[in-house]
Amino acid sequence: MDKLAFDVAHFLAGSLVLVSLMLLYQDRLSALLNVFAFQAVVLALSVAWQAYVQDAPHLYLTAAIALSVKAIIIPVALHRMIRRLGIHREVETAVNIGPTMLGGLGLVALSMVVILRVTAEADMYAREDLAFALSVVLLGLLMMVTRRNAVSQVVGFMSLENGLILAATGAKGMPFVVEISVAFSVLVAFIVIGVFLFRIRERFDSVDLQAMDDFRGERR
Amino acid sequence: MAAIAPIVATLWCVAALLITGAIAVAVGRLKWARWLIYGSSLTVCAIACAVAIVHLIARPAAVSEIVLPLGLPWIGANFRLDALAAFFLVVINLGGAAASLYGLGYGRHESAPERVLPFFPLFLAGMNLVLVAADAFTFLLSWESMSLASWALVMTHHREAENRKAGYVYIVMASFGTLALLLAFGLMAGPEGGYAFATMRAHGAPTGLAGLVLALALLGTGSKAGLVPLHVWLPLAHPAAPSHVSALMSGVMTKVAVYGFIRITFDLLGPVSWWWAVPVLFAGAITAVLGVLTALMQNDIKRVLAYSTIENIGLIFVAIGLALAFEGNGMKAAAALAMTAALFHVLNHALFKSLLFFGAGAVLTATGERRMETLGGLLNRMPATGLLFLVGAVAISALPPLNGFASEWLMLQAVLLSPELPQWALKLLIPAVGAMLALAAALAAACFVRAFGISFLGRPRSPAASNAHEVDGLSIAAMATLALLCLLTGIFPALVIDALAPVSSALTGSRMPVQTHVAWLSIVPIAESRSSYNGLLVFLFITASASLAAFVIHRLASDKLRRAPAWDCGFPDPSPATQYTADSFAQPLRRVFGGFAFRATEVVDMPSPGDGRPARITVTLRDLAWDLIYDPIIRLVAYLAERLNHLQFLTIRRYLSLVFGALILLLLILAAWS
Repeated sequence: MDKLAFDVAHFLAGSLVLVSLMLLYQDRLSALLNVFAFQAVVLALSVAWQAYVQDAPHLYLTAAIALSVKAIIIPVALHRMIRRLGIHREVETAVNIGPTMLGGLGLVALSMVVILRVTAEADMYAREDLAFALSVVLLGLLMMVTRRNAVSQVVGFMSLENGLILAATGAKGMPFVVEISVAFSVLVAFIVIGVFLFRIRERFDSVDLQAMDDFRGERR
Repeated sequence: MAAIAPIVATLWCVAALLITGAIAVAVGRLKWARWLIYGSSLTVCAIACAVAIVHLIARPAAVSEIVLPLGLPWIGANFRLDALAAFFLVVINLGGAAASLYGLGYGRHESAPERVLPFFPLFLAGMNLVLVAADAFTFLLSWESMSLASWALVMTHHREAENRKAGYVYIVMASFGTLALLLAFGLMAGPEGGYAFATMRAHGAPTGLAGLVLALALLGTGSKAGLVPLHVWLPLAHPAAPSHVSALMSGVMTKVAVYGFIRITFDLLGPVSWWWAVPVLFAGAITAVLGVLTALMQNDIKRVLAYSTIENIGLIFVAIGLALAFEGNGMKAAAALAMTAALFHVLNHALFKSLLFFGAGAVLTATGERRMETLGGLLNRMPATGLLFLVGAVAISALPPLNGFASEWLMLQAVLLSPELPQWALKLLIPAVGAMLALAAALAAACFVRAFGISFLGRPRSPAASNAHEVDGLSIAAMATLALLCLLTGIFPALVIDALAPVSSALTGSRMPVQTHVAWLSIVPIAESRSSYNGLLVFLFITASASLAAFVIHRLASDKLRRAPAWDCGFPDPSPATQYTADSFAQPLRRVFGGFAFRATEVVDMPSPGDGRPARITVTLRDLAWDLIYDPIIRLVAYLAERLNHLQFLTIRRYLSLVFGALILLLLILAAWS
């Protein structure tokens, strides 16, 4: 049972990293949102498995929140948003996909090395879990750095937050309040960012951040 | 009294001071607020002083401790009252009580009392808390509140640009000092985070890092005490504050810094090594000589006093350095002698420097002037202030029978023991330091002959000085109390030395021989055959011979009336401009030392014959600490700020990339660490 529990947890967390890498090479916004929704589903599965293994019923609630908010509400809302903005067919990258993927692989390797070295005495579950979670966080950050469109930056931010949830649920005894507050703060951030997107769009006729930089008269 | 532990009583006193400060915020603008605030500060300081004296005398070896559930959650706020803290509490509350008494009178002339009254008790409370703090967090918090309260007091008259500059330099240096102390405590706490002093004491100095901790402690406490070259803020900030606050900052706050240094080196950092003495001796000797030399060149009387504080801090650090040298070599008795000399001088300097600042404040009240070039002849107009200032000047010049002599004599006795040290470095260094001490003492005498002579003797140089009147009775009472204490500790040094015995035995494991048993109240630092000093005898001799001389002159010499052509006593021209001025008095010394110490240049502009304009002499002095250290640092900071300025205007993605890059770099370092 123990072995199986570990293997399944390992598999789900690893899938999350894989989906994060998939996010990196989606250059169309609607495809990006679909992959993000898929990532949230994997996260919900992983959290639910942790709830089962750790015998912590409150984690089921976390999983339910992840599934409903991140896999359904936010992607649907973002889909509607990009349709209204008319950018759902847009192709955009600031950095080419090849180097980005290579960088992403490097980040995964780095987080493995760091976590496995630093947490030598920790519980085995927690070690693997933290290593994957750090990879997801770094990949989310990488996405925010390499994308130019505001919507993909929002997606990068949310995928980063998924990594945080993974880390939080992997460690035993994390209070439920923490997860709830993280989830709600992300929801609020999402709303705020959504509002801002429309305001930016109104003013600049684009959500490409390049337009804002041009407006400020910055050189690249 | 027996029911309350001394530490609890001290903490209640601190609480009372804090409440007084809070009340002062509300009533600060009212006319009678001064009586309430200074009155309660005086009472509380007197009580705290009495508690500390009782603790020091009655139960010298006892340690009184308490942990309050404040501060860092896992260690709480630790407070501890031992012999060292008790002695410094006596010094600080004595100075605090005297300053409060003086403030009762002096505060009448304050133009903005609401800017002084709230911070004055807060400042006292901060200093008291530093002394009883027994963990790094509480210590630094109290240290910072002391710094901030004194900064607010320096900024009382913030409409003058000079004071704003003083406040700015002060706050920068104070922050730097606290940073150094923070790092020192961090190193001593070690990776386990043992921030309580008891933990640090238990595991001693971190291996291989003792030198670094010592350097940081010297920087941190030295910047507050005024060690050269960290002293630049002191002559700006101390004169800028109201005079009773100047007295507190100069006479008392610098002692808190001395306390911090002694606490770290002798108590927390574990067994003393002899080489710790070398930097301390160097810093102390240079500070002493440069401090007093600069004091000689100043024209503002409060700046003279501030620079003289720097000199005295140098003397105290030299004595601490001697104690380190002896202690590191296991010469317990000699270490006790040097430590007693340092502590005795701490007490003495607090007494006479407060007295002198009160005197300068009285002069400022009476004439509105701090520049000595505009004073003169004040002794006739303010006889009490003049006499008391003279007592302080004699004491600080280390003339017997006053207290300054007793402590500096003990220091020189400790210097004379240096040939018994095994290390050649110390054998050669300490006599040189002794020579510097002697030079500083001689220059200090010249400095105070100048300060007293130019301000109080001769004829008034301005209408302000000729119209001066004696100050109020409370100010004089405060000065008279301190002058009396200077005289008493000078005549009966044996009592002070014996009261200091528990402190030196707690720090060095030894004490000076019991002095009160020696016949005729003499003090004998090592052995009767080597040296002894009797303040009482000297006092009686001076009093008797001076009275006799006065009697003889009055009875015999001026008996007959004589008429003769006046030689004019050197005053053929009645203009006060013909008198010696402060600058002309200092000129010989400036010519000897100025070229080396200040890069002094004199330019004489002599008009050709027949030209009607006056001849002028222009003297320029450079402050080498500014020229060699601070100006380059300021230029470097300005250059870097200029270069980094464009970081303020990046795009969002660039900022994110910076964060990302920094994170990756840190992770890479972590990965490559072991």
